[in-house]
Amino acid sequence: MADIRLEGVGHSYDGGETWALKPMTWTWRTSRAYALLGPSGCGKTTLLNIISGLITPTVGRIFFDDRDVTGVPTAGRNIAQVFQFPVLYEEMSVYDNLAFPLRNRKYPKNEIDQRVRQVSQLLGLDHVLRRRSRRLDPGRQQIVSLGRGLVRAQVAAVLLDEPLTVVDPALKWTLRSKLKEIHRDTGHTLIYVTHDQTEALTFADEVVVLNDGAIVQAGEPAELFLSPAHEFVGHFIGSPGMNVLPAEIVGDVVRVGQADVGSVADGLPPGPVRIGVRPEFVEITGARRSPGVAARVTGIDRMGAYDLVHTMVGDHPMIARTAAGASYRPGAVEFLHFPAERTFLFRDEVRCGSLAPLNGRSPG
Amino acid sequence: MTAGTQVSGEVVTAAPAEPAEPHETRADLKRKDNRAWWLVLPVVVSVAFTAIIPLMTVVNFSVQDVFSPTERVFVGLDWFYEAVRRPENREAFVRTLLFSAQVLLVEIPLGVAIAVAMPRRGFWVSVALVLVALPLLIPWNVVGTIWQIFARADIGLGGWTVNNVLGIGFNYTLDSTDAWITILVMDVWHWTPLVALLAYAGLRSIPEPYFQAAQIDGASGWATFRHIQLPRLRGVLTIAILLRFMDSFMIYTEPFVVTGGGPGNATSFLSILLSKIAVGQFDVGPAGAFSLIYFLIVQVLCYVFFTVLTRSGR
Repeated sequence: MADIRLEGVGHSYDGGETWALKPMTWTWRTSRAYALLGPSGCGKTTLLNIISGLITPTVGRIFFDDRDVTGVPTAGRNIAQVFQFPVLYEEMSVYDNLAFPLRNRKYPKNEIDQRVRQVSQLLGLDHVLRRRSRRLDPGRQQIVSLGRGLVRAQVAAVLLDEPLTVVDPALKWTLRSKLKEIHRDTGHTLIYVTHDQTEALTFADEVVVLNDGAIVQAGEPAELFLSPAHEFVGHFIGSPGMNVLPAEIVGDVVRVGQADVGSVADGLPPGPVRIGVRPEFVEITGARRSPGVAARVTGIDRMGAYDLVHTMVGDHPMIARTAAGASYRPGAVEFLHFPAERTFLFRDEVRCGSLAPLNGRSPG
Repeated sequence: MTAGTQVSGEVVTAAPAEPAEPHETRADLKRKDNRAWWLVLPVVVSVAFTAIIPLMTVVNFSVQDVFSPTERVFVGLDWFYEAVRRPENREAFVRTLLFSAQVLLVEIPLGVAIAVAMPRRGFWVSVALVLVALPLLIPWNVVGTIWQIFARADIGLGGWTVNNVLGIGFNYTLDSTDAWITILVMDVWHWTPLVALLAYAGLRSIPEPYFQAAQIDGASGWATFRHIQLPRLRGVLTIAILLRFMDSFMIYTEPFVVTGGGPGNATSFLSILLSKIAVGQFDVGPAGAFSLIYFLIVQVLCYVFFTVLTRSGR
């Protein structure tokens, strides 16, 4: 177990023209469960393969604690990696699969046996040890692939590259809790790659959001939800994602069209800005009771436990989440209020401040 | 054949729905469904012309002694007994079997080795593919002619080199072993590329994570081959083995051109012997019986290979 430190690590597949992974400095702290979240093609798998040594980064150095492993081949890094689909030595039994990494490293026979039994007990594979691995269901097969990584001593980290893709939904929950259990029991550092926010948020101590080859925000699930540092995080996390509305700072007031929606607390220079607010926090209020913008209702999605009210503010769509049974009518004009502590201002997609109440001019 | 099974499949699945509808009896359904059999007709007709009718003429000959187009006598299974009993035939059978075994033993491992050694990506992939595939593009009798000349001790580059540079006496027109080796090397040269290409295709279809996992598990090159590549080549190798067995067991053109079956009977394989009987001596009766037995042997051996190879995979 070790801290995994990336120093200026970046990777380019085309000799430096474009970066699949922009140079970054980042530390994966030992014993934590991380989720690496991002859309397809954002560099998640590249980052993972750099950590496990399958790819040598174009620039930068990698340290496991203080040991520089940049040039160390995969086999020497003690990384366990699980891929999108189960990778097994299909003609071997489960036992032989688990023993394979140790046999390759010429461990003595009794030690192999002891370690394999330890891992199989941990993963609940005891009763299938003698079975041919290809006869197992995909979920079990993934567990076996995981076991092949865990069987080695001093595993530095367990990397999981969207491991539940091939597993059917009913089994996903079981497997995910199994993974959490393993994490608790072994204390291995876990890095779990996914593009599924639910998977990431329920699984991890810390979620790292990757977009376009760069880390845009990292934090606890609640932090990413309540306080997105980047427009992308707002869009990507939450369902539906954060609303974004073009606005302008005039003096210390934030204006959408002609309407004042709040003031600026952070001394931002005037100019165009984008307001970001999650549907969960948009309030539909009675006419002109608070600072807000006029919005025309275009439709309502009845989601069962809640309703999503779709509106248009000028040309921009805005969604508000309300209690189930909302009585808004399509075509009606309502007023939307953005609560100060949950509304943020973005410039160039990066958060630059937050909305403050409109002092003296606002009842709420 | 395929169309036939599909249609009959529909007929069968339609029938069990019957108990739910009391007014429609099983007989009603049967009469309706039977029209589907007409769909099989095109297949039956084409198979009849391509396979059954030609085969039946052979069957027809095999049970008769034909003296002339108008004079023929029914002899029952006599030609079959004779074909099995004749020492010449038995020797040719053993010879052919031995040849096929040697062909498989050399070409399969060699083909796999070439496939593993071929580049996986980049410019050299196409170069390697073209080079490997080249022998496959040459017509059989041209291959025979090439080797007939190449292996000659007096003017052939190969034969001359073996005699005068390596100093080993080599003459395939006089020495049985030399003739055998020439035919075998020729077949290896001609057909190993097929095995190599099939194996290469099989290797390329293995997803990258398998190799990555092997790297993580610290597997050596040999262990990677043994536990990842080889198991995943099972399918293509089954095809390669069947194709190479059938082809080599029925080899005709090349030995006919190179050695003509000689010296003596050293390279008289079953097909060469058969054509001697059928075309050379025009004994259509014995030749008919011979070819039916030949046909049967190929079928049985292929079935055995296929069964063994697919069983061992389960």
